[in-house]
Amino acid sequence: MEMGIKDKLSGNEAIAVAMRQIDPDVVAAFPITPSTEVPQYFSQFVANGQVHTEFVAVESEHSAMSACIGAEAAGARTMTATSSQGLALMWEMLYIAASLRLPIVMSVINRALSGPINIHNDHSDSMGARDSGWIQLYCENNQEAYDNLIQAVRIAEHKDVQLPVMVCYDGFITSHAVENIELLEDEKVKAFVGEYKPEYYLLDRDNPISMGPLDMPAYYFEHKRAQAEAMKNAKRVILEVAEEFEKLTGRKYGYFEEYKMEDAEVAIVIMNSTAGTAKFVVNELRKQGIKAGLIKLRVFRPFPFEELGKALSHLKAVAIMDKAESFSTAGGPLFTEVRSAMFDYAKDTKAVSYIYGLGGRDVRTDDIMTVYQDLLEIVRTGEVKSTFNYLGVRE
Amino acid sequence: MAYNLKTLTQKEERITGGHRMCAGCGAPIVVRTVLRALKPEDHAVIGVATGCLEVSTCLYPYTAWKDSFIHSAFENAAATVAGAEAAYRALSKVGKVKGTTKFIAFGGDGGTYDIGFQALSGAMERGHDMVYVCYDNEAYMNTGIQRSSSTPKYADTTTSPAGSAIPGKVQFKKDLTMIMASHGIPYVAQTAPFKNLKDLYEKAEKAIYTPGPAFLNVLAPCPRGWRYNTPQLMEVVRLAIETCVWPLYEVVEGKFILNYKPKNKLPVVEYLKVQGRFRHLFTKENEGLIEEIQKEVDRRWNRLLELCGEA
Repeated sequence: MEMGIKDKLSGNEAIAVAMRQIDPDVVAAFPITPSTEVPQYFSQFVANGQVHTEFVAVESEHSAMSACIGAEAAGARTMTATSSQGLALMWEMLYIAASLRLPIVMSVINRALSGPINIHNDHSDSMGARDSGWIQLYCENNQEAYDNLIQAVRIAEHKDVQLPVMVCYDGFITSHAVENIELLEDEKVKAFVGEYKPEYYLLDRDNPISMGPLDMPAYYFEHKRAQAEAMKNAKRVILEVAEEFEKLTGRKYGYFEEYKMEDAEVAIVIMNSTAGTAKFVVNELRKQGIKAGLIKLRVFRPFPFEELGKALSHLKAVAIMDKAESFSTAGGPLFTEVRSAMFDYAKDTKAVSYIYGLGGRDVRTDDIMTVYQDLLEIVRTGEVKSTFNYLGVRE
Repeated sequence: MAYNLKTLTQKEERITGGHRMCAGCGAPIVVRTVLRALKPEDHAVIGVATGCLEVSTCLYPYTAWKDSFIHSAFENAAATVAGAEAAYRALSKVGKVKGTTKFIAFGGDGGTYDIGFQALSGAMERGHDMVYVCYDNEAYMNTGIQRSSSTPKYADTTTSPAGSAIPGKVQFKKDLTMIMASHGIPYVAQTAPFKNLKDLYEKAEKAIYTPGPAFLNVLAPCPRGWRYNTPQLMEVVRLAIETCVWPLYEVVEGKFILNYKPKNKLPVVEYLKVQGRFRHLFTKENEGLIEEIQKEVDRRWNRLLELCGEA
């Protein structure tokens, strides 16, 4: 393993650089804050002749995903990027992309959903698409966004998977903040992703196929079942690709990152950039001799049900933090799924839900500190006073 | 080579029989004729919007399409085919595709005039080398005859029913062919399965083999929605053309060309009276409505004559 190229890039720049290195056949995208820079930087690479990509500047995100579907179905490696309303407008086509088993790779630069309109970060956009059949990878920082995008191509196109992948990272916080990053050489990325060789595609004139038929009750269910099986296969493939990526870069990826979890008694489960803030709090607590830990979920779809459940089994209390409201009145989407896993694997661990940071509300270290204090109180009293909580909101 | 239907029908069919379109429906004739205009050595990627044509020609595990076919949703046939065309350009650059592939999208009037209008406009504006064919049957037929912006004024549909207070659809038909001509694309034509299909065939050929985007608006009557006897399909089309309700014309690089001028322009009533959807116009209480339709048909026809330099 050699050292990569050290650079300073924003999250969106890092993604655009990864896309240049991957050199996809087609990119179809539409501007929306805060993802706009991705197609912007990328179209410059196209204009400069640095990629062979056909860039399709569509008239909406619905057409962006539709054009991606047409391109990927035709046999092209295809990518796009979006945020918030853009993802919402794609909603119909997300399901169709997944059910047609098209390995499209999309960066989702997480932003709050309207209304009211808000351009800042939370996870309501990609959480709204959690059941669309896309694999979802979440990223704490620019390095992870870059690394996950490169791995996403391999995961998506694997013959046992053939599903689209969303690489999700926080709008502005990650997308626009410049950080140190270690890039791979262009040739190494090209070699890692390899050549795209689909088995069936529209431009194969010797084997014409029909895609997207009307599927009646006699077959629809079997097709959905096969799609679910592909998602199950993705669990294995995600780890295989991560292992290969680690050999190349030394950077380790799994379903989730466990931070000071070995002997932890209290922990939080969190996704994306706030994990960085929370790790600082864990360090502070550790200095005080408090056995605090953290789990940062990378893979939300497929959901690592057993692995995550088991990872929480030795804790006394855990807080599951959602940067999205599901309006179920029963906690955020991450909470309900994690708690469901805990029913089988961590029954004795007390679990509470926190919804935080909606619409870009700042989450500071002292906010996270109050969550750990609440957990310590639960451990001390053995009692959960409030299961469903909001963090940092004026009541 | 002079047009000869007999010779042309010797070409191998690119959409097979056995599909489930209704007897007396215009759409499959439109599709067969358009695809017949493809050179036998050329491959095609065909995209179809959700609608009668899609659900009747591609039911898992069967397909009536011999070329590569894709359906993804209702409003995005243009965007989907545009994506496939972009893929073709990208893969051609790196030598990954062989031979010539042409790109054709089909949509009904609902999927074209209404819900798919944005995607159509975008794909045409971007200049994809593709043909969009609207088979215009003037209502949402697949869901059971609901009005669209293509439905003619006073037609009786299930969401613009003729009642004692309102005599059917209250708006005139949107003039989509003119709107597409305003996009300034290389080729736009209005046509129909008329007589020996020469007009439709030749326009399809031009549309397919003119580089860049092309749009065909093709009248495709629906026996269920229009309520005519199924063997009368071609007669209904003929009357639409002879009354100038549906003029045949093309716009080549911005130049308007009239392709057929009736020797004896028939009154619209001849067209209306063979269709059940206009039956209520012949009652005493709806007197004067046919005259109003006639006026609008004349106004549009005269404007077209001016544009074509035939006035």
